[in-house]
Amino acid sequence: MSGFLNSSIGRKVAMALSAFFLMFFLLQHFAINILSVFSPELFNEVSHFMGTNPLIQFALQPVLIFGVVFHFVMGFVLEIRNRKANGVKYAQNNGAANSTWMSRNMIWSGVAILAFIILHFIDFWFPEINTKFVNGDWSGTMEGVEGYRYYEELVHKFASPIRVGAYVIAFVFLALHLLHGFTSAFQSMGGTAGRKKTLQTIGKAYSIIIPLGFIFIALYHFFNH
Amino acid sequence: MDNMNLTLKIWRQKDQSSKGQMVDYKVTDISEHMSFLEMMDVLNEQLVNSGEEPVAFDHDCREGICGMCSLYINGEAHGPDRGITTCQLHMRMFNDGDTITIEPWRAAAFPVIKDLVVDRMAFERIQQAGGYISVNTSGNTQDANSLPISKIAADEAMDAAACIGCGACVASCKNSSAMLFVGAKVSQYALLPQGQVEATERVKNMVAQMDLEGFGNCTNTGACEVECPKGISLDNIARMNREFMKANVKG
Repeated sequence: MSGFLNSSIGRKVAMALSAFFLMFFLLQHFAINILSVFSPELFNEVSHFMGTNPLIQFALQPVLIFGVVFHFVMGFVLEIRNRKANGVKYAQNNGAANSTWMSRNMIWSGVAILAFIILHFIDFWFPEINTKFVNGDWSGTMEGVEGYRYYEELVHKFASPIRVGAYVIAFVFLALHLLHGFTSAFQSMGGTAGRKKTLQTIGKAYSIIIPLGFIFIALYHFFNH
Repeated sequence: MDNMNLTLKIWRQKDQSSKGQMVDYKVTDISEHMSFLEMMDVLNEQLVNSGEEPVAFDHDCREGICGMCSLYINGEAHGPDRGITTCQLHMRMFNDGDTITIEPWRAAAFPVIKDLVVDRMAFERIQQAGGYISVNTSGNTQDANSLPISKIAADEAMDAAACIGCGACVASCKNSSAMLFVGAKVSQYALLPQGQVEATERVKNMVAQMDLEGFGNCTNTGACEVECPKGISLDNIARMNREFMKANVKG
């Protein structure tokens, strides 16, 4: 297995598999978040389940963290190796003639997403871990709030225009990253279907609808506040 | 159309260990019917007549089949046209007064030997690592038609075999990846029954050699497919990936 991961194709496959996992995670994250627009009660129920279910907390969450870290580390490793393979730079290189801007700038959209994830962790994940694992409070409630606290926390976070602005920009980069990444992952897994019309359409739809949906949620809570 | 006067910016480099630089040249009275290499011949005649060192560039058949001619012209492998090699690029693609930038293929695995000539022996070594079938050709080879092959497989194998190994894929790739070349060479055997016997070892050895030569990792930008003079499809890379995964599962 280590031999496989040390090969160029092995790294490609690993990159694609972690991408599939992250794209699936993103889909369920969106499905839960959009509930906050329609029903705060349902959003609270589902959030409490996700936040306290032992299978999700102790089995799936570590897998997710590993997937995120792996995708970023491997992305940077590949970028460094590819730069080394380049040799002398061209005096004139017309990349736009044969490839999309998204495909040539995955590292930069990736760096933007990494910056966002750091902000996102500071906003939600670290406080959540602090509450549950440091303070040992698994009740999902807080003082001054009736029922579960999750909806209240979410709304509170999206009151700041700077934070909402940062989130919107990050989701634009996420869309750009996905516009190449979605079909690219299928191509890496050996699927020529990655280049067929249907899958390209699904890829485009996913890459635009999901980030746009996240932007909608952020703006909805900002203006609804 | 009247003949053209052009400014050329060409990479000059004395030898592999020297540092190179871009040098400007003027050529006059270039016919639109000339091929790009004929235009280079005009320049070199001019340089020889004035006692200067002519520009070294690779070329051989000049009919788009040998894979020798290269040149990164105005930021694209084999210039701005599609489905052609540099010898098939006509000067009618350019306009009077144009400045044309001409560079060698750039990749760590393709070191410049002189001016616009690069060493593409890395491709040769990848081929030697597995791009063949071991057939006894002692005079009693069986008739080719005795093995039934589907029309689709035969066509796809032929399309893959159209690769002339020019290296435009590597030159165009932002990662200097050789996966289109290796994908084509793996595919042309993977699609045919004759290639099955050595399939596992072939893909493993060729990919190992590709990595050893210092080519980059494919990120599916698709630039190679667009710039390939022979229209080799990205599907060949996907097929190689499948073959490689299959080979690794088999061990």
